Amino acid sequence: MELDPLLLSRLQFAFVVSFHAIFPVFTIGLASYIAVLHALFYKTANPAWDRLAQLWTRVFAVAFGMGVVSGIVMSFQFGTNWSNFAQSTANFMGPLLSYEVVTAFFLEAAFLGVLLFGRGRVPQGVHLFAAIMVAVGTFISTFWILSANSWMHTPAGVEVINGVFRVTSWTEAIFNPSFPYRLAHMAMASFITGGFVVAGVSAWYLLIGRDVEANRKALSMCLWMLLVLTPSQALVGDFHGLNTLEYQPTKLAAMEGNWETREGAPFLLFAWPDQTAQQNRFEIGIPYAASLILTHELHGEVPGILEAPPEEQPPVALVFWSFRIMVGLGFLMIAVSLLGFYLRRGGRLYHSRRFLQTLRLMSVTPFIAVLAGWVTTESGRAPWLVYGMMTHAEGVTPSLTGGMALFTLLGYITVYGVIFYAGTYYLTRVIRYGMQPRDEEKLVDDFETPKRPWSAASTPFDDDPTKAEG
Amino acid sequence: MEMFDLSLIWALIIGFGIMMYVLMDGFDLGLGILFPFAPDEDARDVMMNSVAPVWDGNETWLVLGGAGLLGAFPLVYSVFLPALYIGVFLMLAGLVFRGVAFELRFKSHRDRRGRRMWNRAFSWGSAIAAFAQGAVVGTYIQGFETQDRVFVGGAFDWLTPFSVLTGIGIMIGYTLLGTTWLILKSEGYIQAWAYRLTPRLLLAVLAIFAIISIWTPLVNPLVWERWFGNIGWIWILPALTLLCMFVVHWSVKRRRELMPFMATLGMFLFTYLGLVVSKWPMIVPPDYTIWDAASAPESQLFLLIGVLFVLPFVLVYTFWSYWVFRGKVRVGEGYH
Repeated sequence: MELDPLLLSRLQFAFVVSFHAIFPVFTIGLASYIAVLHALFYKTANPAWDRLAQLWTRVFAVAFGMGVVSGIVMSFQFGTNWSNFAQSTANFMGPLLSYEVVTAFFLEAAFLGVLLFGRGRVPQGVHLFAAIMVAVGTFISTFWILSANSWMHTPAGVEVINGVFRVTSWTEAIFNPSFPYRLAHMAMASFITGGFVVAGVSAWYLLIGRDVEANRKALSMCLWMLLVLTPSQALVGDFHGLNTLEYQPTKLAAMEGNWETREGAPFLLFAWPDQTAQQNRFEIGIPYAASLILTHELHGEVPGILEAPPEEQPPVALVFWSFRIMVGLGFLMIAVSLLGFYLRRGGRLYHSRRFLQTLRLMSVTPFIAVLAGWVTTESGRAPWLVYGMMTHAEGVTPSLTGGMALFTLLGYITVYGVIFYAGTYYLTRVIRYGMQPRDEEKLVDDFETPKRPWSAASTPFDDDPTKAEG
Repeated sequence: MEMFDLSLIWALIIGFGIMMYVLMDGFDLGLGILFPFAPDEDARDVMMNSVAPVWDGNETWLVLGGAGLLGAFPLVYSVFLPALYIGVFLMLAGLVFRGVAFELRFKSHRDRRGRRMWNRAFSWGSAIAAFAQGAVVGTYIQGFETQDRVFVGGAFDWLTPFSVLTGIGIMIGYTLLGTTWLILKSEGYIQAWAYRLTPRLLLAVLAIFAIISIWTPLVNPLVWERWFGNIGWIWILPALTLLCMFVVHWSVKRRRELMPFMATLGMFLFTYLGLVVSKWPMIVPPDYTIWDAASAPESQLFLLIGVLFVLPFVLVYTFWSYWVFRGKVRVGEGYH
């Protein structure tokens, strides 16, 4: 089989960006949570808030470090594998991606150090301010990245001259049609991810009876937030879908698995889309539901995939199924949040071991849902790189051979595999140490050095954490 | 916009960024290359501690340079990266490994297997990243095979005897920055070791500098024209480089502590400027100047506003972190 540099480049980008996305999606939500904990401590002086803030700041430090390391690689991908795309779109993409870097830079220069190492060294109010600014900074980064990404889905404010995009209106290009929806959907996803991770870890601490007071507080506040956010997210997702219907009908048709444009389309629960036959082999659906959701009318018209010629269709099965994984997990998260609300009566929330176990397992679901959502939207754009204007095949690096692409794809998988293993292993250790007072955990403190993100977490890498509990 | 030559301003900013990166990340990559040869594990701790507070700040200049190139000179970005595809991957892999090794080495116990593993990741990562950076310089001097603003050469065009030489040159140069940095930051037997190594490395750097300086104009008519044409003043740059080398030699003999490092920085600075004047204004040699490679003026301006706002903060922060962590690093203690 001939190695296809285009396919391999797409796989490589999907791999590195998915790997990278795991960390920011978590840290964006967590940064805000840390700011809230700082604010609560500032207001009430209850030491439980302070201890929670310290624990989660340590976790934040490690996850942030992993995000930065994997992000460096991202900033070179556009040039190595997508040089025609980079060349054509640089007038818009260049400044936006640079603004993201510049924001991160500024954030690191000014506030991250104070947040990580400022406890006891700067006044409490200043520390709180730094925590808020770090949270704000993560949002500004999100703003630029998602604007650039949304522009690739719904390009606006540009004209093409000799194959090069020129910006005619920065406002229109930055605030392109799908951007507000994507930003809202993603920001809420970050909060939900942070919420389920904190809830899951707190549930685990409660299961083993560690630091009960603080962890009950953490669990309770997370569940209140999730109770509001998980249903709201479904609503925002619906608006986002309507925006897709308007600007990227083929993607939406693929999400619905709807081949022919029709009125009164069912919402398919299960189907086996067959790209070569250009139809579903098998389908079970709720009659009229898709039309109702998308047009708010029973007999509303839902566009079909066949409106686009086969070479302009996305991989339907992938889009169809990843969308269902996201939505399914979304409803599972809503259900768990509601269950938590129900269990509050009589304080069963903190005592039902089954529920706490469920929460523990649920902490990975938002990550899977987020990745599935990104697979839906990104592969749903195929074969377009800039929707309707530039295809993947036009954007790929012309000099790239299949062998080169395969070499780096395997290389990145190896590098990230090692890093991910070391990083998550270390992260679980930080969590296992939990909220112990500082001096008990100083096991390798003879070479503790400040000023690097991970040194905010002084947990050792290879000692047995259970011994320290003794 | 007519008043300013935005491309020129951007060339200065990015040129400055690259210079900052080379000077600052240079010595910490150099320490990584020296790592396996250190006298003992205590020395390794000191070496790593001496750069621990500043190294990630150093590397952010690389990210700024990469992003800035995409924004201001997209042609550089879209020709260099495909041409150096394999080299860029190796450099990134090296930087990622050493970055993680930095964090986790401190958290592993000295006698455990984990510590040895992170030591190795740190030194290999540093060595590969340094070599790849040197090879980029060599490739830049050689030029790129392009057609209609697109790279059309092969995967290993960059790997020539010349770029291997520049790769090794940068490795040894960085190592020299590493030993002189260590002279400044350490004491006792570790400093004595650094003093011993410095003259040998200096000799190697001098040899490679001489070979490259003779080789470059011979293979590259444009560079020949530049140096042997009618611009006499540029000869001051190699003269200053040689002067700096002499100062390194002299100050090491006198057992000065700060001067060797400063003179090595000077050596890099003047070599860098020498390279810039050899090629100016070609940014994607042999065909494209900085103005050919530039993005649209409105894009350059849009980005310039943000960068000019942030740059002072970054410079102040950089200066501040070096100031806070000034002084010697001793065995058995980090900075507290």
